[in-house]
Amino acid sequence: MKMPYILVGLNHRSAPVELRERLSFPAEEMAGALLELQALPHVSEAMILSTCNRVEVLACANGSAPDLLPFFSARAQLPAQQLRSHLYEWRGDDAVRHMFRVASSLDSLVVGESQILGQLKEAYAFGRAQGGVQSYLDALLNRAFSVAKRVRSETAVGSSSVSIASVAVELARKIFGSLEGRTVYVVGAGKMNELAMQHLRASGVGAAIITNRTFERAQRLAERFEGTAVPFDRLYETVPQADIVITSTGAQQPIFLREHGEAFMQARRNRPMFFIDIAVPRDVAPEMNKIEGLFVYDIDDLQQVIAANRAGRTREAQQAEAIISSEVVRFREHLCELDVAPTIVSLQDSMEMLRQAEIERARGKLGPLTSEQEQALEALTRGIVNKVLHTPITALKSAAKTQKSESLVEVVEHLFNLNLHANLSGRRERKAAGEARKDSAKA
Amino acid sequence: MPLFWLRVAVAFYGAGLAYALIALLLRREAFSARVLAVLAPGWVLHGVALVETIAMFGRGSLFSMHQSESLLGWLLMGVFLAMYLRYKTTSPGLFVIPAVFLLGLMAALGQAPPHFSSPITRNWWIVAHVTLIFLGYAALFLSFVSSLLYLLQERSLKSKRGLVSGALSRLPSLQTIDDMGYKTLLIGFPFITVGLIMGSVLAESNFGADYFRDPKILLSVIVWIIYMGLLYSRWNSGWRGRKAAYFASFAFVAAVCAWAANFVSGVHRYIGQ
Repeated sequence: MKMPYILVGLNHRSAPVELRERLSFPAEEMAGALLELQALPHVSEAMILSTCNRVEVLACANGSAPDLLPFFSARAQLPAQQLRSHLYEWRGDDAVRHMFRVASSLDSLVVGESQILGQLKEAYAFGRAQGGVQSYLDALLNRAFSVAKRVRSETAVGSSSVSIASVAVELARKIFGSLEGRTVYVVGAGKMNELAMQHLRASGVGAAIITNRTFERAQRLAERFEGTAVPFDRLYETVPQADIVITSTGAQQPIFLREHGEAFMQARRNRPMFFIDIAVPRDVAPEMNKIEGLFVYDIDDLQQVIAANRAGRTREAQQAEAIISSEVVRFREHLCELDVAPTIVSLQDSMEMLRQAEIERARGKLGPLTSEQEQALEALTRGIVNKVLHTPITALKSAAKTQKSESLVEVVEHLFNLNLHANLSGRRERKAAGEARKDSAKA
Repeated sequence: MPLFWLRVAVAFYGAGLAYALIALLLRREAFSARVLAVLAPGWVLHGVALVETIAMFGRGSLFSMHQSESLLGWLLMGVFLAMYLRYKTTSPGLFVIPAVFLLGLMAALGQAPPHFSSPITRNWWIVAHVTLIFLGYAALFLSFVSSLLYLLQERSLKSKRGLVSGALSRLPSLQTIDDMGYKTLLIGFPFITVGLIMGSVLAESNFGADYFRDPKILLSVIVWIIYMGLLYSRWNSGWRGRKAAYFASFAFVAAVCAWAANFVSGVHRYIGQ
């Protein structure tokens, strides 16, 4: 049995942002688009994932695979030919693998960032509410969420920092442990400094001191972060109060020299100090890093840590891919078992009915029975039924795993005279219910 | 029987050491708290071995060479475990586990403790004297280990490498390591001081004023003075990092010498009284 999934879409690698914009679905148009999709021939279930980095349609095929290209080309108002090279299409196992990778954030622009999982959960909830997500997509998405959880807990894909500000915080923690109660000194009231400050604040740092050549701008920033503004000419005397110094000024020459650093350390009685220099050209002379207890990171150093973190994520991502491969296999088996389950149930039901009928028939001839005899009769008949059924049920289950169950299902149903149309499967019934819902939605 | 428990304890320590080495080689995080699952039971059994030794051979037996190694190892592990409770880090284990394993191994391979004929060694005062000094040494050793960790962490922060992955990426923050080094120093100092005073009083009453010329006594006093200097430099000028680490290493070497001086000391010779 082939998994009935089909996925068509584009992402940040396959398509430029102009195209992604044209195809993205604002929330208010989502419901209409979903209905449109479900109305396509051979589509039994569908959902849409639309974020700034990707637009994907995941559908469950009914019979042969549906052609989703016209849907995209109508949406983008572009000829299909032009669109084709930017779209990818995955079917069966590949579609399942892609979904698992997306949920685990292995397909993201920044591998490991967890935002995508939330977006996927929203898309799933919406699809469910609209009736686009039913049994098959439901099974797939739920499995995708648990795979994402497994990847997150078993690998370190999402655990390292990959932005300047978060790396600065991570390094500060390596020096100071908790950042609570630490004083931050901001030199220069530029955008970069503001961002870094914002991040540090969110990590719990205490007091903030801000200076800038134009004092008013320092005051404005000080107001925003509930800090103190200090005139620029008092820089050197006030810096020793700070544990962390973020500096980004337009100065052409370094403003912090080795002798400054030595003076700071003396004033601080050797308590460590952390300089984050995000200015180009640099504000802090590199020799300052040689002073004991004083740690200077310039923009390149921070970038290097980021690169190392990225590399670490890539390493972890390989481990994650292995997890996903095994999960795809497991999911296929799970789905196949779902496929033979109705046959097994109806087989058991019909044998049970037979057994009951035979007991009734025999009872007339046997006359009144003691309770022990009743029990013996029950055990005997049950035992026979179970023994007879054991082989076909095991055969069905193992056939399900090897994906050759369909012919066997037919044989079993034929041999045991199971009423095909009434019993064949909850699957078809569920499908029918889905169609009915679709119709009513259309009306 | 005590030797049996000691050997089991050493086996536990050995398992902890193997785990730590494997974790280091695989460049996983330094090593997680999982290592405590073998160290803690090992420590308890080690304690059982010590108590049984005292019960079977008398208090004096603690001062045979091997038993004192065992006692020092036990105290070291105890301080290490206590530090884990306070700081939630196993990083000092990098040095503590091998040290305790070696001490335990030497003791476990040794013979049964010899019987001491000298009446002084059965005195509870002596037990207190030795235990206090050993506790001081254990704390001093952990302070030394902390300063080594400080150097490692400082170097990785300065060189801007090894911060992300590798064995050293999970060291505690500089601040925490510094605090560990200082607190162990602070706690160890009174133990050594009281232990030394007790020893002086005991020796005075048993050997007379002569004992001051004993090499072990001299070295012990030197260790105490270095200890004092270490504390003072921290109070006075906030010494930490490289300078403090060198100082602590110096103190550690002096302490090892004082320990080794048992072989030449008249007062502390293990065998033969």
